[in-house]
Amino acid sequence: MLIDTTTTMLVDVEEGIKAIPGANTIITTLDRFINWGRTGSIWPVTFGLACCAIEMMTTGSSRYDLDRFGIIFRGSPRQSDCIIVAGTVTKKMAPIVRKVYDQMPEPRYVIAMGSCACTGNIYRSYSVVQGCDSFLPVDVYIPGCPPRPEALLDGFIKLQEKMRGERMRWSPLR
Amino acid sequence: MPGTYLPVDYLPVLFFLLIAFAFGMGSILMGYLVRLRRPYAEKLSPYESGMPPEGEPRQRFSIKYYIIAILFVVFDVEAVFLYPWAVSFDKIGLYAFVEMALFIVVLVVGYVYAWKKDALEWD
Repeated sequence: MLIDTTTTMLVDVEEGIKAIPGANTIITTLDRFINWGRTGSIWPVTFGLACCAIEMMTTGSSRYDLDRFGIIFRGSPRQSDCIIVAGTVTKKMAPIVRKVYDQMPEPRYVIAMGSCACTGNIYRSYSVVQGCDSFLPVDVYIPGCPPRPEALLDGFIKLQEKMRGERMRWSPLR
Repeated sequence: MPGTYLPVDYLPVLFFLLIAFAFGMGSILMGYLVRLRRPYAEKLSPYESGMPPEGEPRQRFSIKYYIIAILFVVFDVEAVFLYPWAVSFDKIGLYAFVEMALFIVVLVVGYVYAWKKDALEWD
């Protein structure tokens, strides 16, 4: 049954979501619906580089509990949509990080965790990449040395906000 | 019709199977239709923790593992039989005791044979 929106009064729940009174139904855009699903199931690939990875593991375990956001670490980039660059990226490691990123399916996101991944931190040396944004499109930067688990959680929430604002990024029709 | 058995009680199970099948296939079909596909050579390369894969995935290994595996299976099955026998030992009496003793003797003969044939030595 199609609903005539000129005669039925739709109630605004929040911006972009309307409820049909009496029908126990809410309507919204496909974009918003799919982004809701995507933000609730960010699956990062397990990829630790340095001490930031210890904080990343802590964030995933029971006290900080990433699972409650639907964030579950995956062992393969094929099943992931996010990579956390957790730690110092050396020039030897950079192509490997890039390859793992390349092997992820789109849409994919990058979180630069820690000052080393953001800027290279104190390692202004011949062997360290000065920020992983020189070879990856970074979405969220999390400073800290290493960032506390709360900071990583905040980074994920920022990433979710970014995903909510996207239009048709998930679609081949874009 | 008399004499015809209609398993009506199992109809929900049939429906359940059909829905499960349709849901699984529907998910795959839906994913195939709407997914984003941007393949390129680097993405399609095999995943080995970011390293270029080296060598064959199927490698040859020593035949000695086979002997160890067979010996393991034999004594594993023996242990599986021993547990229920030991638990109900009070009820099944002398006959079962003799049976189990014979079973173990047969295995011990094989064990001694394997031992004498140096099957337990790795080198």
